[in-house]
Amino acid sequence: MNDPRDFIAHEAALLDARRFDDWLALFADDGHYWVPLLGAAQADPFSHNSLAYEDRLLLQLRVERLKNPRAHSQHPASHSQHVLQPSRIEEEGTDDVRLRTPFLYIEARGDDQLLLSGTARHHLIRTPTGWSIREKRVDLLNAARPLPAIQLFI
Amino acid sequence: MTAYRNRPDLVAALVRDDRVHRDLYLSDELFALEQERLFARTWVFLGHASQVPAAGDFVTQEIAGRPLLMVRQPDGAVHVMYNRCAHKGTQLVTDESGNTGRFFRCPYHAWTYKLDGAPLGLPLKNGYEGTQLKACESGQGLSVVKHVKVYRDFVFVRLSDTGPSFEDYFGDVLGALDNMVDRSPEGRLTVGGGVLRNIVHCNWKMYLENINDTVHPMSTHESATKAAEALWEGHAPTDPKPMAMEQILPFGSGYEFFDQMGGRVFANGHSVLGVNFSIHSNYAQLPEYEAAMQAAHGVARAADILQRSPQNSVLYPSLSVKGSPQAIRVIRPLAADCTLIEAWSFRAAGAPALLFERAMSYNRLVFSPVSVVAHDDVHLFESIQKGLRAGGNEWISLHRNHDPAETQQATVTTNGTNELLMRNQFRAWARAMTPEVAA
Repeated sequence: MNDPRDFIAHEAALLDARRFDDWLALFADDGHYWVPLLGAAQADPFSHNSLAYEDRLLLQLRVERLKNPRAHSQHPASHSQHVLQPSRIEEEGTDDVRLRTPFLYIEARGDDQLLLSGTARHHLIRTPTGWSIREKRVDLLNAARPLPAIQLFI
Repeated sequence: MTAYRNRPDLVAALVRDDRVHRDLYLSDELFALEQERLFARTWVFLGHASQVPAAGDFVTQEIAGRPLLMVRQPDGAVHVMYNRCAHKGTQLVTDESGNTGRFFRCPYHAWTYKLDGAPLGLPLKNGYEGTQLKACESGQGLSVVKHVKVYRDFVFVRLSDTGPSFEDYFGDVLGALDNMVDRSPEGRLTVGGGVLRNIVHCNWKMYLENINDTVHPMSTHESATKAAEALWEGHAPTDPKPMAMEQILPFGSGYEFFDQMGGRVFANGHSVLGVNFSIHSNYAQLPEYEAAMQAAHGVARAADILQRSPQNSVLYPSLSVKGSPQAIRVIRPLAADCTLIEAWSFRAAGAPALLFERAMSYNRLVFSPVSVVAHDDVHLFESIQKGLRAGGNEWISLHRNHDPAETQQATVTTNGTNELLMRNQFRAWARAMTPEVAA
């Protein structure tokens, strides 16, 4: 999987298959998952709040919680579907690459279905074993509007 | 369906000494009556003066189903008006916030108004000569909300002309706002970092009573706290924790901890939970900040301010305050089975940036639509909203530590797991909802 665009598709497929441990393993040790409250307009995760700004420790917490049968909100369980437009490479260095991927995200649970749209922006770094995620930034179209619970990973 | 509107006796019968009837959460009619009798006649949080720093700055906000406009005046005052053109009812502004310049101009027919709502101009003036426009409401500018209180920059409104004064209504619970503002060495807060907004498909009262529910974290949040504990296992208790761990791990404290934190109720449904200590008490000390606080307030007063870290202070029925971290939740009822919950963060002037980081971090971890703590709360609230439709038992139990003598005083201090903090909310609800009986 040398083409980083294939890596992006693979990452989303792992989430939709609920293979969360395998998904988490894609992140670099200093990797972050970030959903800014201002979407694409937000400069950084510190001057303004975010729906999520999580390092590996907090992502691990999410993944471990989902394994607990007493994660009450997962009865019934949530399932996701990422519908991705082709990823476009924005910037390419010798050891890293930045891509943007417009998407629709559907999360279904019981009788309810949630639809989100936005653009994922990945910063990947090259490692001896392949690509690794330094940052996955999810710019939602409407992050600051009232939202219901979003339980899995966009 | 008007089973309740003209039957205060039936409304009163829904709130017993130690339980409440499910109609409080399910009835569309009661929801409409609440808008009129509770949210319009009590003092409801609208916004913060720091949202409108300059003349002409405005914020739009709906309260009790009515569209409002908070506007900074040229003289620095904060006014609140109905967001409705005097002509045909168009909302003057439809953005959430902005600056209107020196006047409002209705986009429909270009009627204009001064920032205080006074009429300024309208096209085809001659056409109104000899008419009664000036004598009726439409000629007198924007309708102004007369009862506005700006308390240490927190803006509250009472929409109705009848009702208690601000000070009488809130009384000693205002100490919760004082404590948050006093945590700024300069005595000033500003809203920062945006507002996290959650739609929860449950009745607003269910959310508000859970703010005082100290017995749910152990079972409701077990999955989140167990995961956090497992990740932190092996560290010594004295090891410095990442901020997220510092904020999440205390959710796993046991029943005894929550019982001993203590609670206090006040007249009109208000409360302070955690009068002794809370899950917020053991955040890392910040020596430079403490020195700044001592310089501003003196040693004894600084210590007094900083040692108070209640779990939640409720300014019934719209606001829940955490002095540390500097965060509030605003309860905005939308329908009997739908509530908007907002989480706001504050910057304290003269305090280190870390305090603002704590507020944002806490809101993100616990009150974001993606929060693993909130997921289980929200799921259970929505589950209750459905479960209450079951047949058989029509009552919600609030019996824990009920004492018939507890209503003899307005202010009562008690153990942290006493459901008095919830019963007190419902007693205030019943009084507001049955004004004919109270009078």
